[in-house]
Amino acid sequence: MKLECKVNGENREADGVREGESLLYILRERLDLPGSKNACEQGECGSCSVYMDGMLVCSCLVLAGQAEGREIVTVEGLADENELHPVQKSFIEAGAVQCGFCTPGLIVATHDLLERNAKPSDVEIREALAGNLCRCTGYEKILDAVKLAAAKNGNGA
Amino acid sequence: MTATQAPGKSVGAPISRVEGHLKVRGAATYAYEHRLDEPAYLHPLQSTIANGRVAKIDASRAEAEPGVVAVLTHENAPKLEAVGDAELEILQNGEVGFRGQFIGAVIADTFEAARYAAGLVEIEYEERETDADFRPDRDDLYTPEQLNAGFEPDTSVGDVDGALASAAVKFDATYTTPREHNNPMEPHSSIAVWDEGELTLYESTQGVYWTQNTIAPLFGLDAEKVHVISPHVGGGFGSKGLPHANVVLAALAAMLVEGRPVKFALTRHMMFSVAGYRTPTIQRIRLGADAEGKLSAICNDVVEQTSKIKEFAEQTGTSARMMYDSSNIQTTHLLAALDVAVPSWLRAPGEAPGMFALESAMDEMAIECDLDPVEFRIMNEPEKDLESGLPFSSRGLVACLREGAERFGWDGRNPTPRSERDGRWLVGTGVASSVYPVFSMGGNAATIRADSDGKYVVEIGAADIGTGTWTTLGQIAADELGVSFEDVEMKIGDTKFPNASGAGGSSGITSWGSTLVEAARSLREKIEAEHGGNIPDEGVEASAKMPKNPHRKEYAMYAFGAHFVEARVDEDTGEVRVPRMTSVFAAGRIINAKTARSQFMGGMVMGLSAALHEESVLDTRFGHVVNHDFAEYHIPTNADVGELDISWIEEDDPYVNPMGSKGIGEIGIVGSAAAVANAVYHATGTRVRELPITPDKLIS
Repeated sequence: MKLECKVNGENREADGVREGESLLYILRERLDLPGSKNACEQGECGSCSVYMDGMLVCSCLVLAGQAEGREIVTVEGLADENELHPVQKSFIEAGAVQCGFCTPGLIVATHDLLERNAKPSDVEIREALAGNLCRCTGYEKILDAVKLAAAKNGNGA
Repeated sequence: MTATQAPGKSVGAPISRVEGHLKVRGAATYAYEHRLDEPAYLHPLQSTIANGRVAKIDASRAEAEPGVVAVLTHENAPKLEAVGDAELEILQNGEVGFRGQFIGAVIADTFEAARYAAGLVEIEYEERETDADFRPDRDDLYTPEQLNAGFEPDTSVGDVDGALASAAVKFDATYTTPREHNNPMEPHSSIAVWDEGELTLYESTQGVYWTQNTIAPLFGLDAEKVHVISPHVGGGFGSKGLPHANVVLAALAAMLVEGRPVKFALTRHMMFSVAGYRTPTIQRIRLGADAEGKLSAICNDVVEQTSKIKEFAEQTGTSARMMYDSSNIQTTHLLAALDVAVPSWLRAPGEAPGMFALESAMDEMAIECDLDPVEFRIMNEPEKDLESGLPFSSRGLVACLREGAERFGWDGRNPTPRSERDGRWLVGTGVASSVYPVFSMGGNAATIRADSDGKYVVEIGAADIGTGTWTTLGQIAADELGVSFEDVEMKIGDTKFPNASGAGGSSGITSWGSTLVEAARSLREKIEAEHGGNIPDEGVEASAKMPKNPHRKEYAMYAFGAHFVEARVDEDTGEVRVPRMTSVFAAGRIINAKTARSQFMGGMVMGLSAALHEESVLDTRFGHVVNHDFAEYHIPTNADVGELDISWIEEDDPYVNPMGSKGIGEIGIVGSAAAVANAVYHATGTRVRELPITPDKLIS
């Protein structure tokens, strides 16, 4: 089957797609966008989080066919080549990145949270990111990073 | 902090990790993501029995499937050299030693084609009876020749039985810790490609040279014919230290399609059968003390599990040998060899389960002696390492306990269990000590090149598994070269760089850092002696090997720590929450305050996770882990973690290495599960000696 969708603002297509392939597989193996990670393949860890038509989804749970005609934004599409997004900067500054494998999913999920709620409380942050597993950090620095990003947004950064 | 560091001032600064900008934009290249032309995809065939042999394997339907390139089985697999490692010597016959063992693979043009076709391979087994029941009363337990890291299995000082018989206060209890799986977020991944008799592996590994030195002999190759590339690794926690059979399977499959890269990433499910795990342990702790609470006997008798096909003996009892003062100390280790997957390293193998038992028992014994658990530990502080007889190079346990008690607000604690309540929550506090040895590993070398523009390139085949190596090694090199951090470029994670040990045993910075210091000194001397103190136009380089540390024979070297935990337990449901945790560490000089804090914190939360969540449940009939995914193998999420207060004491230790640093990757996990268990006891009056502390153990 042939798949056409918009990814990070560009029209993309993939040929010869098997019915069982996930959107995550398409992104990583067919569209050369390996930023979204495959860590559980069952929607538990959030490492593959992307936007589909503006909604946060686990791309491992989206069948390729479901993405037909949709607009996808991945971690690679959140910033341009030269300037990181404030969320990305905050994760580095706060020390919220260690091995980095959960990071892209957390960046997209945090981006989504702050779009919906510019000044989330600690409880709201922990709840919003409860679907993103991390094995390195112990989460405390991730909380700091989200608060730092929220503060940067507030300052018009 | 990204500001320029003044020359000589990099070590200690909270410098942000240098590869962070790649990771936050999804541009860091992990093993599976190297861009190679026309890769083929591997999906493994795994045994569905735990003991027996493959009697018949029919791949004809799979081979006929569109997109399938080849099916690898023991009938067509290339021959491996017999190196005496049955975990790695896969597909050499049809024998099966544990459920989930690799018995073949499908290689196809796409991953989905390979996975689908793998289901079409028909396999018949001759099954033998499965023996996977881990019990301490088995009649076939045995003492291994040695434990992991070379420790003696059994030790005895003084007369433990006599001391216990005459002790005024006696304690005897058994603790159990479950099988646990490392579960780094990045599944174990490889891309293998053969070219004219040489193998290139793009790997997710804790040591490129560990992989090279393990894989090359299996394929009958000189080490330099195996190239291992691993710039970024999505966590390891020990499971990517000793290479597992997935690497061999990828390399065997790539031989069938010579010249074509073969990609293989384990699924999360597969990681529960082939990627190592922490053995379950059963530990009987006996303590004796005089009427004042001075310990007279310490004893840990350990029973743990290994696989029939390959022995791994965790050093669970070793911390009992050196932690507290006593004239009579005994430790023993017995193994049960079963039809199960091969155990391996998981963050602080030995110390993590061993200190759960010992530090829980110390809490119980403090209560028996009617002493505060902090003061009880302090009054049993040893003056030297009782195992080796050597003085400690530094021992900051008492300082950590005192500092932690102050920060946590321990003073004035009512020792009576169930003495504090907040609505339906029972509130308690607990303490536990932590320890981890300062290991050093050999075989390191480094090269540093200075260019005439004042920039330096430092090469060493070290690993960054999320620990911060890219950054911290640059800090060490910059200070020793006397230049600013920004003028040093690190090159690691590739066997094209000089030989290095791996990230394991919290030994990385000690081993690699000592080597860099030596290389930097050599380079400075060379510039001074041969070039009059100026870098010549063509540049100049120097190499060095890791020097021997003469103090190793003079001092016992350990890092220490203390954890303080508040636990709240719902009286009706048994739900446990940990709203705050204070930990203080004595780990020598801290190389990078930012990455160090993260390392400590990650360890603490992994201990919290061991206390409350993690348990791989084995079905003893079939020998497999039932809860083999993140839906059922629970690790904490953001919502499970409360306030974490982390600090470290200033510690000047001139003996451990030239930096004065101690490894910090593992000490955070050690003792933290015991601190949680001790707090849960204080909250509820229920002592849980079997991890994890799940609600059912509190409401029965």
